[in-house]
Amino acid sequence: MTNPYVPVLVLMAVAAVLALGGVAASAVIGPKRYNRAKLDAYECGIEPTPHATGGGRLPIKYYLVAMTFIVFDIEVVFLYPWAVDFTTLATFGLVAMLGFLALITVPFVYEWRRGGFDWV
Amino acid sequence: MIPGVAADFSQDNIWVSLVKAVLIVVFLLTSVLFAIWFERKVVARMQVRPGPNWHGPVGLLQSLADAMKLLLKEDVNVTRADRVTYLLAPMISVFCALLVFAVIPFGPEVTIPFTDFTTPLQLTDFPVAVLYVLACASLGVYGIVLGGWSSGSTYPLLGAVRSTAQVISYELAMGLALVSVFIMAGSMSTSQIVASQAPLWWFIPLFPAFVVYVISMIGETNRLPFDLPEAEGELVSGYMTEYSSMKFAWFFLAEYINMLNVSAVCVTLFLGGWRAPWPLSALGDGMLNEGWWPILWFLVKLWAVMFVFVWVRGTLLRLRYDQFMVFGWKVLIPVALAFAVVVAVMQWARRVAEVPLENTLVVIVIVCGIAFLAIWLWPERARPEKPDESAVLDAFADGYPVPPLPGQKLPPSPRGRRAPLEHEPDQEHQADDLQKEGVTGE
Repeated sequence: MTNPYVPVLVLMAVAAVLALGGVAASAVIGPKRYNRAKLDAYECGIEPTPHATGGGRLPIKYYLVAMTFIVFDIEVVFLYPWAVDFTTLATFGLVAMLGFLALITVPFVYEWRRGGFDWV
Repeated sequence: MIPGVAADFSQDNIWVSLVKAVLIVVFLLTSVLFAIWFERKVVARMQVRPGPNWHGPVGLLQSLADAMKLLLKEDVNVTRADRVTYLLAPMISVFCALLVFAVIPFGPEVTIPFTDFTTPLQLTDFPVAVLYVLACASLGVYGIVLGGWSSGSTYPLLGAVRSTAQVISYELAMGLALVSVFIMAGSMSTSQIVASQAPLWWFIPLFPAFVVYVISMIGETNRLPFDLPEAEGELVSGYMTEYSSMKFAWFFLAEYINMLNVSAVCVTLFLGGWRAPWPLSALGDGMLNEGWWPILWFLVKLWAVMFVFVWVRGTLLRLRYDQFMVFGWKVLIPVALAFAVVVAVMQWARRVAEVPLENTLVVIVIVCGIAFLAIWLWPERARPEKPDESAVLDAFADGYPVPPLPGQKLPPSPRGRRAPLEHEPDQEHQADDLQKEGVTGE
């Protein structure tokens, strides 16, 4: 096969059939004896707390984690092609990458010192 | 032949791919059934109890019975749920989990018996195969996030938010740990990485990266001691609280398939893939590295890594969430990054500058010595002073029923209108108790 991505599509098709089929089968096979309490949200048997519209508020920490993640994820994405072509890029590649990593380390240390990674 | 890929898929056509794809799915489903039994049995033996032993030989059919039960259960769609997302989430989870094994090599090229058709024991491979694995693992998070969010309930939402933060944090450490493997192997194709491990498996020279990978793979799959998204004591069962029947089964299946996925990646990248372990690989001119034997080695290594998962679960306690995040960001990521830099410099010295080995070793010793001195001579941060414990403890200060900590000054009680508790009644017992504890009374 000339295109190596076609088998991935084949596997995707098989996986999709399985994923859809399972849920559909249980919807057909299973018993259906509903009542109001069964369809309510689970909260250990008490009346569930009403939800704020839009999901409510979350601690700002999660937002910080997401921001830092993007910085580092892009760093990793830049590291991969360099790692694969390591011997071809030779000294120039190493120096350039070390400079790049040093630049990424500065905000990392800054965030660390400012308490961006402290959770309490 | 695809450039940069060791395996040769030129004989495969779409029907061969379909057969392989179905075999992979069947393999994963049976492995999950086995993994659930395996985990329950091993944890049980670690806790000195028999574990499942009733259905089938040594309880092997237990998980099949559980799966049948889940299929026959009532399919509940909670009223507050966002219907479409709620239905889609478990399917996304299981769909993404099933895709990873497409690029995992089970073995080298084999000839199908009774024909002269040769094909690698791998569905497909391309020059960015490991990137594809990471992409599938990341997309799997959507299933958890959407499932938790769309349930319209508090516990699933908290579990989903935790899970996102956890998986993205540990994915970074994982990605950085893999960089050193790519530097050494010079490729991201899985078959090429396995081929590059013929002389030495990467976990030996890259041991720190291997350790970081093993820790972050446990964090990535939400397993104990990092199973905070579904911490039973806090969040009932996290993002899957509102799911029942097959929808729950899909989440459960996805979790176990993800364990198999990260184990298989670990085996392929660090533990030599399908290559026979050392004394056996030297036997008979490498005959155990050819034909159908490699499947055996691959499975043995896969289940060894799975055993580590269960072993860790049976041994360690769940971390507190803040400790867990701090560990990921302040320990794993800097260590992985620093080690990638070290590997890069070493590899540069070996391959590009061609520095003799003795010189490299001398430089390593000098660098380690400087680092050691720096850590040793670094001024220690002043410890916070301990509170004065010699002060007399009045166990019946305003804090009743919770006695105050030594040296603690309690704020005025919000129930201030209530008259302060007199110790008038039972005066004799009170005095006795206080004397026993060595505390002078009022």
